[in-house]
Amino acid sequence: MPPSHATPLQTPLEARHVAAGAQLTEFGGWMMPLRYGSDLAEHAAVRERAGLFDLSHMAELRVRGAEAGAFLDHALSGRLSALEHGQARYTLLLAESGGILDDLIVYRLGETEWLVVANAGNRDVVVAALAERVAGFDATVVDETEEIALVAVQGPASQAIVEAIGLESEPLDELRYYRVVEAIFEGEDVLVARTGYTGEDGFELYVPAHAAEDLWDALVRVGAPLGLVPCGLAARDTLRLEAGMPLYGHELSVDTLPAQVGVGRSVALRTKGAFVGREAVEAGPAEDAPVLVGLVAEGRRAGRAGYAVVDGDAEVGVVTSGALSPTLGHPIAMALVRPGHSGSLAIDVRGTRIPVSIVDLPFYRRQERA
Amino acid sequence: MTTQYTADHEWVRAEGDVHVIGVTDHAQQQLGDVVYVDLPAVGRTFAAGEALGEIESTKSVGELFAPADGEIVEVNDDVASDPTLVNQDAEGAGWLVKVRFASEPELLDAAAYQATLS
Repeated sequence: MPPSHATPLQTPLEARHVAAGAQLTEFGGWMMPLRYGSDLAEHAAVRERAGLFDLSHMAELRVRGAEAGAFLDHALSGRLSALEHGQARYTLLLAESGGILDDLIVYRLGETEWLVVANAGNRDVVVAALAERVAGFDATVVDETEEIALVAVQGPASQAIVEAIGLESEPLDELRYYRVVEAIFEGEDVLVARTGYTGEDGFELYVPAHAAEDLWDALVRVGAPLGLVPCGLAARDTLRLEAGMPLYGHELSVDTLPAQVGVGRSVALRTKGAFVGREAVEAGPAEDAPVLVGLVAEGRRAGRAGYAVVDGDAEVGVVTSGALSPTLGHPIAMALVRPGHSGSLAIDVRGTRIPVSIVDLPFYRRQERA
Repeated sequence: MTTQYTADHEWVRAEGDVHVIGVTDHAQQQLGDVVYVDLPAVGRTFAAGEALGEIESTKSVGELFAPADGEIVEVNDDVASDPTLVNQDAEGAGWLVKVRFASEPELLDAAAYQATLS
């Protein structure tokens, strides 16, 4: 999506990134750290120890009101009214066509309060869609994106690190995956969520923008001895790709129905009634519509987003994301591939055909905590 | 032994009657961690502007462009087996090819190249 602002927005942590030598890049309308040094080292730190991410570009929309739950059930694909206080869910904003306008994390924060977290590049689309869909409901939607900073700590050491910064909070050991708890950091209200986009255990901390630097500094101070390093968008992308997690604009778009891209379970067809996009999702994708698959290859040449997937001489699909997997050491890719192919596929890597095999997603799965 | 540069972020250094070519330190920083380098066959002849090889990082692909007509006389096998040399020492041990030019390349001096970066 095109950025919504002519001049990219700055995260409240930009001075920290510059001081740390980060290479900044425009992403979703914001200047964000792409990498601080080696993106392979950052990737490995998250898999082996911990990584620290500034995700303040993500959009936070607060939804409140007596009918907020009913509104979200109407506006989004999941049954968000059924979330318990402190529960999070991955859900979709669908068009009437059933196509995906954005993928979201929704947290229930109270009896009549939810927090919707959207992709930066889709902020305007999500704000506009929710503003339109809230009509007739006793609920309000407030865009708090620029008041809220988001910092993620991801990796096996993340719990020890977040515990060590002196949060006033329930014990993090009791915070389960996809749960959120209200906490206090140096007098500031913080949301501590056990969510992430790396395939590792980890936390996402929502903090008032003016407290972001103090939180970042505290995490660096206690985390560095445990191997925590700041990580940029480059590492975030290879981490989520290994974990088989879709990225809007790559795997997900308004032209894809949820069932095509492996997120059909996020549509609550059986547990709720009418909602935007329901009819199209029920009708399902066309029989010859492409479906998302995982592809692996040997060697080191990776298929990348936009490269053709071929079956003999026929083009049968397109790579949506691809890289040499830093953890696995071989090329991996997600691709939208039409059904009915022979199974002997290849990716056209700038004129060279690299044979690929279809595998189940994710490519990488962490060892569960003992 | 003067190092000169191209607008395509390559460096060129004369070594006897051949020229050594690599990508600049700026280029390797922009690429990020290099994970694969594809180099041409020794003996290949090329025209100015032709792609001689590819430098792949986790995030992107960079091409090595010929600054002039010529012939490949040697490639850096060390870089082919350890592409991280490009990140560690782009303008030294991370050199990519040695060529014999058949035409005169248009090159920038260090100051002119630096000026293209700002």
